[in-house]
Amino acid sequence: MNLWGLLLICGLITFFIRYSFIAAEGHYHPPSWFRRLLPFVPIAALTALTTPELMLVQGEIMLGSGNPRLWAGLVAIIVAALWRNTLLTIGCGFAALFLLQNP
Amino acid sequence: MKRTQAFSLGLRSVMPLLLGVAPFGVIYGLVALQSGIPALAAMAMSSIVFAGSAQFLLAQLVGAGAPLLLSAGAVGLVNLRHALYSASVAPILAHLPRRWKILLAYLLTDEAYAAAIPHLMAVKPDTPPSAMRHWILFGSGFGLWAGWQLSTLAGVLIGARLPPNLGLDFALPLTFIAIVVPMIESRALLMAALAAGAAAIALAALPYKLGLFLAALAGLVVGAVLTGKTK
Repeated sequence: MNLWGLLLICGLITFFIRYSFIAAEGHYHPPSWFRRLLPFVPIAALTALTTPELMLVQGEIMLGSGNPRLWAGLVAIIVAALWRNTLLTIGCGFAALFLLQNP
Repeated sequence: MKRTQAFSLGLRSVMPLLLGVAPFGVIYGLVALQSGIPALAAMAMSSIVFAGSAQFLLAQLVGAGAPLLLSAGAVGLVNLRHALYSASVAPILAHLPRRWKILLAYLLTDEAYAAAIPHLMAVKPDTPPSAMRHWILFGSGFGLWAGWQLSTLAGVLIGARLPPNLGLDFALPLTFIAIVVPMIESRALLMAALAAGAAAIALAALPYKLGLFLAALAGLVVGAVLTGKTK
């Protein structure tokens, strides 16, 4: 099996995972509980992506001063909650990280 | 709002994420070359597979000479969470012709979804009419696609020299925070976030990013159960 065949198969698998529900929409009738799950997808999926980036250092939970990304992330969460501004949140998060890493 | 404005809204929304994605693209290019993948195939993988973390894994599996079925299965597991995004945007794209659905499914990455979804779900005065909203997802998807191709190319071209680690990858969690926090407008949404976050930590050791997928599911269930109780 050559590399190009593998790429093609992996591309098709990835595409059909992403296409699955988009293609099926209108052709199936999901139970009502299924529709109730959907509004939570953005928050649940993006929080699951983000939390390990903040709390884990090389796979281990690290909550102390040795993990500046956690504290910079908390600053960003507070800024995001107060001002709801994307660029301000990112700017304050990076500024906090820089200050914590270069005391 | 016209389609060009919707497209540019998506494009602008994904820009902060590109800051974090670009270093990953460069490093992917380097890792692929080091795994013995020819430059052309490394580039092609970025457009054929077009999935950051799955591409890293696939490059390593190819380098290790892993069997085909294992490699393809691993890529499928790593990308399983994209089915959630597919379910999430499916009702919004339902009215579109098939060619649009195929194009937007191809472009449906973590970042494109994250950048577009607040604008897709919100019903605010500046929200485009639903007939135009897919242009937002197209804008964020195209922006990420172009950035990923260019950064992969840069990684393949600069070869063995690793770029300095400037910590730009921190732009990804920061942008996700900026997207998620303002969306938490009810107790059910807050509990869903807390459950998903806690589960992602608890399950982080699972292979193939399955922890992410299961943690997201945990968040969905907690949120839906709480909504059911308050109604």
